[in-house]
Amino acid sequence: MTTKDKYKKVAYYPGCALEGTGHSYNRSTKAVGKALGLDLVEVENWNCCGAMEVKNVDPKLQTYLSSRVMSVAVNEMDMDVVMAPCNGCYHNLKKAEYDLKNDAESVEVVDRLSKKAGHKTYESGQVETIHALDWIKDAIGEDGLAARVRNSLSGIKVANYYGCMYTRPRHIFPEKDAGPGSESTSKPHFMDDLLAAAGAENVEFPLKTACCGGAHTLSDSDTSTKLVLNILKAAKLAGADVIATECPTCHTGLEMHQIRAEKTLGETVDIKILYFTQLLGMALGLKPKKVGVHENISDSISFLKQKGLA
Amino acid sequence: MRPLADIESAIAGVRAVPDVQAAIDELLQLSEEVVEHWIVARGDVPTDDTREGFRLLALHRQGAKGEPSFNACRETCREIVYHYNLIAMQPGHAETTNRLEMMKMVSSHLYLFISGKMQVAELGEFCCSSKPIRLRAEIDPKMTKEA
Repeated sequence: MTTKDKYKKVAYYPGCALEGTGHSYNRSTKAVGKALGLDLVEVENWNCCGAMEVKNVDPKLQTYLSSRVMSVAVNEMDMDVVMAPCNGCYHNLKKAEYDLKNDAESVEVVDRLSKKAGHKTYESGQVETIHALDWIKDAIGEDGLAARVRNSLSGIKVANYYGCMYTRPRHIFPEKDAGPGSESTSKPHFMDDLLAAAGAENVEFPLKTACCGGAHTLSDSDTSTKLVLNILKAAKLAGADVIATECPTCHTGLEMHQIRAEKTLGETVDIKILYFTQLLGMALGLKPKKVGVHENISDSISFLKQKGLA
Repeated sequence: MRPLADIESAIAGVRAVPDVQAAIDELLQLSEEVVEHWIVARGDVPTDDTREGFRLLALHRQGAKGEPSFNACRETCREIVYHYNLIAMQPGHAETTNRLEMMKMVSSHLYLFISGKMQVAELGEFCCSSKPIRLRAEIDPKMTKEA
């Protein structure tokens, strides 16, 4: 079976953020999948991937939590591809996969906790974890996407912001940096490719993998605000109208600190922040509400109307 | 090496006139000093080596040894070098002013990232919420007994 066919039906792991602050990402991912004829089957009774909090306290417990999601997909749903749109979930499942392949102690801990929890132990290699970008890029491709575009994104200048967890650490993503057509860990381009296929003009953006300060949001909000402000200003200076995102933590951070920068630093940066799935959905002819634009913190409707997307 | 607290305003104060080459040299030097702070706070001596012609890249590599998460600023360092080269090779380019502004923003990002990271690691004069949790876990094995 080709990758294109394999990705047509995948286990969908939204993760906690997509049920909360990132709900518009959840909505738009599902809507785009439906519009493209791709089948998402949500992982049954999924749990938290361990996120940053559990990983800080006990990394092996995080490995177990991520492994359980993959175990349910393969052992209870007979699915061998898990698609996680959240960078944190995607990163953690990939990390668990790596640890279970390379660290005997992780294997022992996961086996013990899986038995205690009463489900089959996940074994390395049973599941392939992919991001929403891999999913659309490989199942549909740029040509397939371009052929389905109803409302071109032409005239919209986009800074594609990937954040830090999509490509790092490099060793947990063996499929990246694997030659022509593969994703790059230093200069990721899958989001650029997809949005360009939908007609957008991508700008040169030097902070596309820089830290958004997501981990500092509660412990040091001022640093987070300054990091975000810097990202917003750099994107604006690069000529962008919109920052496209593919991570709920980054997205929420950009939106919240855009507002906080106005309030605490008196700095306003007029730039829109939208999930790449929202932009793609509208390019495919979906209404803004269908892709959850109304659920974003920042208001993009007047901009989208001006560009003929709403 | 200037105090970390002075570097943020020093980056903001860099101007293209009268000498854009001096401006990018200053930004590169400030970026090196930011990474030096990280290295010194971890008890090491900052290297004088260069990688690909730049000390900043050698310093970054030194700072990432034993701390893979420091690679989160690898591309930021490389973007600083990229913008340095862009301006140094074409100082009279119509985009030079914008390129310098972008280099300032990227340098500023490096400063913010590393100063924030020093907080998390409790290096220097900072404090943070996550490190004490990890330390407690090391002291009290019951916290991780389950795993």
